[in-house]
Amino acid sequence: MSERMLLLGNEAMAHGLVEAGCNVVASYPGTPASEILSGVAQWQARYRLPMHVEWAVNEKVALEIAYAASQAGLRAATAMKQVGLNVASDPFMSAAYLGVKGGFLVISADDPGPHSSQTEQDSRLMALSAKVPVLDPDSPEQARELVKIGFELSEAFEIPVMLRPTTRVCHANQDILPGPVTPSDRTAVFEKNPSRWAATPKFRHRLHLELEEKLAKIAAWEPTAPRLLNPAAPARRAIVASGVAAAHARDVLHDLGLWETLPLWQVVQPYPLHSSFVATILEQYDEILVLEETTGVMELQFADRYRVKGKRSGFVPEVGELSPELIEGLIASFAGIDAPETPAPSAEGGRRPTLCPGCPHRASFYAIKRAAPKGIFPSDIGCYTLGINLGGVDTVLCMGAAVSQAAGFYHAHKLGGVVPDIVATIGDSTFFHAGIPPLIDAVVQDARFVLVILDNATTAMTGNQPTPALGWGAGGVPTATVDMEGLVKACGVKFCKVGRPGNLSAFTDLMKEAVAFARTEGLAVVIARQPCVVDRTFKGDRPPRRKAAISDACNGCRYCTTQFECPALVYDEEEKRVVIDTLICTDCGVCIDVCPRLAIEEVGQ
Amino acid sequence: MTGQQLIISGVGGQGILFLTRILAETAIGQGMPVMTSETHGMAQRGGVVISHLKAGEFSSPLVRPGRADGLIAMKEENVAIHRHFLRPGGWIVVNAKAAPADLDGHPVHAIDADLLALELGNPQSLNLILLGFSLARLAASGNLFCTADQVIGTIERRLAEKGKLRDASLAALRLGMENAAG
Ligand code: SF4
Ligand code: SF4
Repeated sequence: MSERMLLLGNEAMAHGLVEAGCNVVASYPGTPASEILSGVAQWQARYRLPMHVEWAVNEKVALEIAYAASQAGLRAATAMKQVGLNVASDPFMSAAYLGVKGGFLVISADDPGPHSSQTEQDSRLMALSAKVPVLDPDSPEQARELVKIGFELSEAFEIPVMLRPTTRVCHANQDILPGPVTPSDRTAVFEKNPSRWAATPKFRHRLHLELEEKLAKIAAWEPTAPRLLNPAAPARRAIVASGVAAAHARDVLHDLGLWETLPLWQVVQPYPLHSSFVATILEQYDEILVLEETTGVMELQFADRYRVKGKRSGFVPEVGELSPELIEGLIASFAGIDAPETPAPSAEGGRRPTLCPGCPHRASFYAIKRAAPKGIFPSDIGCYTLGINLGGVDTVLCMGAAVSQAAGFYHAHKLGGVVPDIVATIGDSTFFHAGIPPLIDAVVQDARFVLVILDNATTAMTGNQPTPALGWGAGGVPTATVDMEGLVKACGVKFCKVGRPGNLSAFTDLMKEAVAFARTEGLAVVIARQPCVVDRTFKGDRPPRRKAAISDACNGCRYCTTQFECPALVYDEEEKRVVIDTLICTDCGVCIDVCPRLAIEEVGQ
Repeated sequence: MTGQQLIISGVGGQGILFLTRILAETAIGQGMPVMTSETHGMAQRGGVVISHLKAGEFSSPLVRPGRADGLIAMKEENVAIHRHFLRPGGWIVVNAKAAPADLDGHPVHAIDADLLALELGNPQSLNLILLGFSLARLAASGNLFCTADQVIGTIERRLAEKGKLRDASLAALRLGMENAAG
């Protein structure tokens, strides 16, 4: 490939992986990291590369699969979002001690803002705590380059390496000239060495010592040393920046006329910070401004912090994204000049996100609310979190927690003798990811609640990746399948029934039956099965269309717009009644059964 | 023109990513470096989404408030939400029945693209109708870094193997262009 092409940061990293001859890549989808693995699958197909590429059931499994490939001498990578790394932190921490054979890259994408995450946590801090070196790219192009450098680093020191892009790298597009792809000629050879690969605590102590020795050398490794980006004019002050903050700072310095006078050091390896850099930078300058997202990880490593302006000193905010306008203000104030004024938005907010028109989850939540009006509704991570708009979501903690929280609510209330109805919701992909162990626990402890598995045959929120039930994997290749009902029953659940939420009255009856069962008998599982409306990968039959129209019987009570909240139902302020936005209506027909005045009528297919 | 910064704004599901990509690929076709920044995740479900597009020598993928040369708003309400990105005199293209008032002297171009998309029987064509309209209104006066012909070239290249989609896309683009007179 010899033409510049527009690549998303995630696709650029994916290309870096195939350029580096990576043999195995495993991932679980999560914004902003999802397109890394789909990108790899795409390049794998295009260049016909013999690779193993998989959507794993969760991040822990993904990391362990890739790590084993590395133990066998292959180059391997795993990609996830930052909270996915929490799930994978167990093997991650341990692998740092054991080290690697083939290059091993852990891509953990952070989301300062946050834009689409539960936390703003800094994966670099996880790297620091695991004692794993971490690289922090400023752009799609640099991310691609650091994938390759990361493998070299990993193999030079037999250590896992983290690559930590942020949303602004993952979801930026850039014109990129991809490098050549040479298929790997490695074959897996696992060399037994139990005292290393199965090290007991006694050996772990020695491995920890070795890890420290590696880190000391990595802190002097030339290819990842800090780079001075602008002409080295003698100056009293300097900026030290990593990640996309360095890219913002570059543009800002030009615009403020400071490019020639205020040195900008870019750190591509924020941990371990190069020891000579730490030693000399504070001798060289009276004061440094440290710009990084989200935690002060570089800042922490400066022994002598009184000349450092950053997060610890309160100069740079600890919370939120370092936007370019924020950086402009910080740099201007650091340099002692006036910052140009930043215009503020004339209106805040705008539309809140909502389930798509025709989304089956909307019908599920509507039915749940009818079946258990006073219930507690633990929910989980996915599109269906938006059930909060319908009053069908009371808690969202992390992947899989809906099931354990439902059990926890049951046990807690049972102590007081009065147990409310508890109806938990979890998506199909999330159920496979983290819902099974808590379901087993709930059965064993006799926790009584209803678990609704919202089975829309996809991982919708992140762009319709497959689930283990579908029979196809990354890049569309065929896989074996796991039967959801069988799995639920095998966990010991006595009530497990399937319904189609779009069939609203029958589904509401099913929900009522399940709620009654949970009150008297035990845990009930309802599988709400209907495909996601925007999923272009769906291969089965779609439910029949029912075209709806609003008759003159509509008196503008707004029951449907507030209680059912389909975005295609719009209250017309002038006419004082509801109309259907035919541009976005999917003809699902569910609203026909929602209007208490029967003013929404079926008018054909 | 050496560089241009644009904001494209709307709600999830309106095809903003595709519109941004077409413009960015057109920039590459002209040998310009380009960076864009997109909204993914929860907001794509009907929430406010924004793309930044910077063609020219830039490092940061984000446009700072007060710096954008133009704003393409796929919903009228987004003008108020994202207008602060515009530099003084920066233009606005908006999908609205009538041009909103009180825009601090920003030149504004309005088109009822919802109506045209319905007439075309293709709700997904909204983005390209708006793009065609923008090109016809702004490219000739040098207010947009690319021309309609260059964008047509990009669409033809990009959708070369998807005949139907290519034809529908070009039809939408032309419909927007035709509605730019007056
Ligand atoms: S993407 Fe699918 S699952 Fe998500 S809100 Fe839309 S229809 Fe529902
Ligand atoms: S038929 Fe009713 S519920 Fe379904 S998308 Fe259209 S307006 Fe919404």
